Amino acid sequence: MTLLEVQRRMAHAILQPLTGSDRIAPKTDAEFIKPNDRLSASERLEIYSRSYWFRVLDSLYDDFPGLRAVLGNRAFHRLSRAYLTECPSQSFTLRNLGSRLEDWLRLNPKFAGSRRALALDMARLEWAHIEAFDNAAEKVLGPEDLLELGPDFRAGLQPYIRLLALQYAVDDLRIQVNRASDERGAVSNAALKKQHRDMTKRLSSSKPEQIFLVVHRLDFTVYYRRIAAEEYRLLSALRDGQPIAKAIRRAFKDCSASTEEQQSMLEKWFTVWAELGWLCPPARRKQG
Amino acid sequence: MPANRFNAFTDYGIGIGLRIPHYAHIFEKKPIVDWFEIISENYMVDGGRPLATLDRILEQYRVVQHGVSMYFGSAERLNREHLRRLKTLVKRTKTPWLSDHLCWGSVDGTYSHDLLPMPYTFEAAKITARNIRDARDYLEVPIAVENVSSYAEFHMSEMTEWEFLNEVVERADCGILLDVNNIYVSSKNHDFDPYQYLNSVPAERVAQIHIAGHSKFQKYILDTHDHPVIDPVWKMYEHAIHRIGSTATLLEWDDKIPAFDEVHAEARKAERYIHAPALVAL
Repeated sequence: MTLLEVQRRMAHAILQPLTGSDRIAPKTDAEFIKPNDRLSASERLEIYSRSYWFRVLDSLYDDFPGLRAVLGNRAFHRLSRAYLTECPSQSFTLRNLGSRLEDWLRLNPKFAGSRRALALDMARLEWAHIEAFDNAAEKVLGPEDLLELGPDFRAGLQPYIRLLALQYAVDDLRIQVNRASDERGAVSNAALKKQHRDMTKRLSSSKPEQIFLVVHRLDFTVYYRRIAAEEYRLLSALRDGQPIAKAIRRAFKDCSASTEEQQSMLEKWFTVWAELGWLCPPARRKQG
Repeated sequence: MPANRFNAFTDYGIGIGLRIPHYAHIFEKKPIVDWFEIISENYMVDGGRPLATLDRILEQYRVVQHGVSMYFGSAERLNREHLRRLKTLVKRTKTPWLSDHLCWGSVDGTYSHDLLPMPYTFEAAKITARNIRDARDYLEVPIAVENVSSYAEFHMSEMTEWEFLNEVVERADCGILLDVNNIYVSSKNHDFDPYQYLNSVPAERVAQIHIAGHSKFQKYILDTHDHPVIDPVWKMYEHAIHRIGSTATLLEWDDKIPAFDEVHAEARKAERYIHAPALVAL
């Protein structure tokens, strides 16, 4: 048996799902492992398999507290096991473990039950949160760069910024989940139970509400900022590399605001973007 | 032998692992620490707080990089994207040497995020050494490989773990990060004499030593890094220092992490032994 063959066999054994009682599956191929006088070959592999599953499940648990709150712990656990079985890590870092969760959930809606749209929005927000936390930051375009904007002016968006169009106000829910998590340990059991009841009530009463969100960071802390649909369209167009004149036309298409009102909005938006450092030089396009 | 070509002829003393729960204490109190070991993968990102925090640490402390997912022992070639990010970090930290484990953890593009044991075969030694050389040539920094603790052995093994370690480091001409606790853990799990292992390690290649605590279960010992170092491991450390000489030593404490001062005090227990003269001729 070659090194590659034995590593494939061992990976297959370790990464297959554990049983309901967190044991390695019966009849797992363990013939290549030596038993000793205390542990069978299968039991030795089980140490690694349990370690693998506990590690990746813990990682998703930590990265998606909002989705956990939306689905409840048991449903989230079922979802996590199914997702990780179909989409095991393909990155050297656990940071990227949830990168395919939203797409997977879209294809496997049964794991979200009756809260499919809410769960999808939350999964998208929480992955954006991870990206906003440690993605690159480019040199900021300051007010001096924005003094004289010609129609062909192009700007890019900071690589850490994520623009989200969502059907539910999951930003509020996520903030509430964070707050509850921070307070855990500092409050009594009775207060915790009340928090849980409040959260469940809030989740069950969540109604669709289209929002546009920028997930960004400031001083190394991630923030969610709600924006208008027109501002969302303008930022999206800039991110896509469109020149400013074309981007503005796209932003205000079908907008009923007067020209003066539009100018006022633009002035306000650019001021905020400059203050928050959202704009950067446009990404270089590949030649040829 | 405090300094050798595998640790860039440095003499770093006693360090501890840089962990998030200690950041506030370190920045506020500025404790005197010989050096910090960082987990490379925690800082192989493009921006944000992790790198900003690392830069603050680098302003005041010496840092050595320790990796957990290069997987020298994987049958496939090393991940180029991983190496590229690692090299960016090496330039940032100016780490005098870099360590990762003598293990594998990924196959066909799927990652286990674990330090999986090697079959001790000549083929595996050859492939592992090739990967170490590839990493060293690309990263342009001395590399030390760490012996891992393990819970399984392979029928196909052709040699002992220490013979395998020697085979790999000779073929790769690289250093060793000697984890004394891992030797202890594996010796209990696989019923071998840990001192035979220690006495077989080529002293001139040891760049660094790890010490740590572990957890004992009914049928095996798990390398959990969540307890103080036990006396038998301190005795092995003392023996290793006598053989090797004063060597950069790092206490690992990765779970149930206590206050900074407690971790630092545990690490400084190594001062009892670290300056003992080497007794055994090489």
